[in-house]
Amino acid sequence: MTVRGAAFIVGAHEHPRRDIPDLSVAEIHAEVALAALADAGLSPPDVDAYFCDSDAPGVGPLSMAEYLGTRCRHLDTTETGGASYLSHVGHAAAAIAAGKCQVALVVMGGRPRTLRLASGPSLAGAPETHYETHWGITDTVHNYALAAMRHMHEFGTTSRDLAEVKVAASLHAQHNPNAFLRKAVTVDDVLNSPMISDPLHRLDCCVMTDGGGAVVVASAEVARRLPRRSVAVLGHGEAAKGTGNGRPGLTYTAGVWSGPAAFAEAGVTPADIDYASVYDSFTITALMALEDLGFCEKGKGGRFVRDGALVAPHGRLPMNTDGGGLCNNQPDNRGGMARMIEAVRQLRGEAAAEVQVPDCRLAVVHGSGGRLATRSSAATLILGREDA
Amino acid sequence: MSTPLPPADFTPAGFTPAGADETFWTATTEGRLLLPRCESCATVIWYPRPFCPRCGGRDVMWFPASGEATVYSYTVVRKARGGYRELTPYVVAYVELAEGPRILTNIVGCDPSEVGIGQAVTLVFDAPAAAAEDGGVRARLYRFRPAD
Ligand SMILES: [Zn+2]
Repeated sequence: MTVRGAAFIVGAHEHPRRDIPDLSVAEIHAEVALAALADAGLSPPDVDAYFCDSDAPGVGPLSMAEYLGTRCRHLDTTETGGASYLSHVGHAAAAIAAGKCQVALVVMGGRPRTLRLASGPSLAGAPETHYETHWGITDTVHNYALAAMRHMHEFGTTSRDLAEVKVAASLHAQHNPNAFLRKAVTVDDVLNSPMISDPLHRLDCCVMTDGGGAVVVASAEVARRLPRRSVAVLGHGEAAKGTGNGRPGLTYTAGVWSGPAAFAEAGVTPADIDYASVYDSFTITALMALEDLGFCEKGKGGRFVRDGALVAPHGRLPMNTDGGGLCNNQPDNRGGMARMIEAVRQLRGEAAAEVQVPDCRLAVVHGSGGRLATRSSAATLILGREDA
Repeated sequence: MSTPLPPADFTPAGFTPAGADETFWTATTEGRLLLPRCESCATVIWYPRPFCPRCGGRDVMWFPASGEATVYSYTVVRKARGGYRELTPYVVAYVELAEGPRILTNIVGCDPSEVGIGQAVTLVFDAPAAAAEDGGVRARLYRFRPAD
């Protein structure tokens, strides 16, 4: 069974705000869910499947599915951090293909900026916790820095290479009125920003914002009767990578498994891709993901991103045209949803005019979660224009 | 490094480990780093658990690590939280033990600028802590310093 031709993203909405002290998390979820349904031309009673992860208040989907006024026959609360929502879309597509549901609502949102919460789900009680969280590993960046340092050692990747990822994001963010950081920066700006955890500078790190987003995935039958241009879900892959019994590889991610699975299901290759949305929790996250997805050889990511390769509309691989997590937003410390929504805009031809990729037919969306140097998730989607 | 790094912050206070965690952390109070090894396939297991994640074997024996290791990757932390906030810069590293596993730790006893990948390092334990009033285990953290 393949999801190809079975499921379509028919509605999407990204919360426009980056500081939301005046709404509850449930209200943020409701705002984006209702707006995504309205974008699709649907309303809560049409929804028969609910997808969320642990950023939803309440037990799994129970509170939010009811709060929104839906009655669901299919539920999924896969939690893989920043990759969750891509997995949700893949699972929704499979469930639709299997006849389990027709209209799936995928929702996320949170207020880490207002609440000053830097971390994701609690690790208390996890069996590895006491072997990984002492020694002053107090922030996620300290963990990712270990991966970046090893990548530099093995492949000669430089801080200038990593900075290219931020520069491209910042050039795009200039055209996004909602982006948290809208100022274009240079490679030297990144290198001159304070070192946080060698080799990662402050500008190698994503922003911390409130916000949220939602997408509606529907069957071909439902999609056909809706007025809006939809986006085809062509392929999906997901994977988890751990420390391998104390022999962790620091220079690759679970994307080495999720990427090929998604491309194979879609029947396309990286060379066919017009646009990439790649979760960029840190510059190294996106650079390693590009290698693992097959856009270049392992270790050549630094070379690949040079010379404006990621800059829309004419770079070799326009990436994160909303400004990404590095400049636009990072709702609830999880970037997968916001990146996916920008891919939907690109495939509908609704990205900002300055960054719209001409004739954008195929996009890859890649999310990751957890911590790169210990255990992390990856989820990859191949999305296509309605006629792809 | 002039100021010692903080002891393990096990919460809730009075850490009461069970199973393999208890074997491991109790040994640290005596300044010993024990490693579990699968008796079926000879794999050295990390992090500790009472079975082998390679073959599923449940016959696990403990043996003391040699204390010899090399730096596999590292970072100089320049911004941190909590008890480490005022102690920057300090070095967090993955060191590869002579026995195989790569474990997270600190490199101490040198200037952070002297640390590099491939460097030989040697196990050191924090000084013993005062006995806990609540009777909980006062586990000692293992760290590494440049080898002589
Ligand atoms: Zn074994």
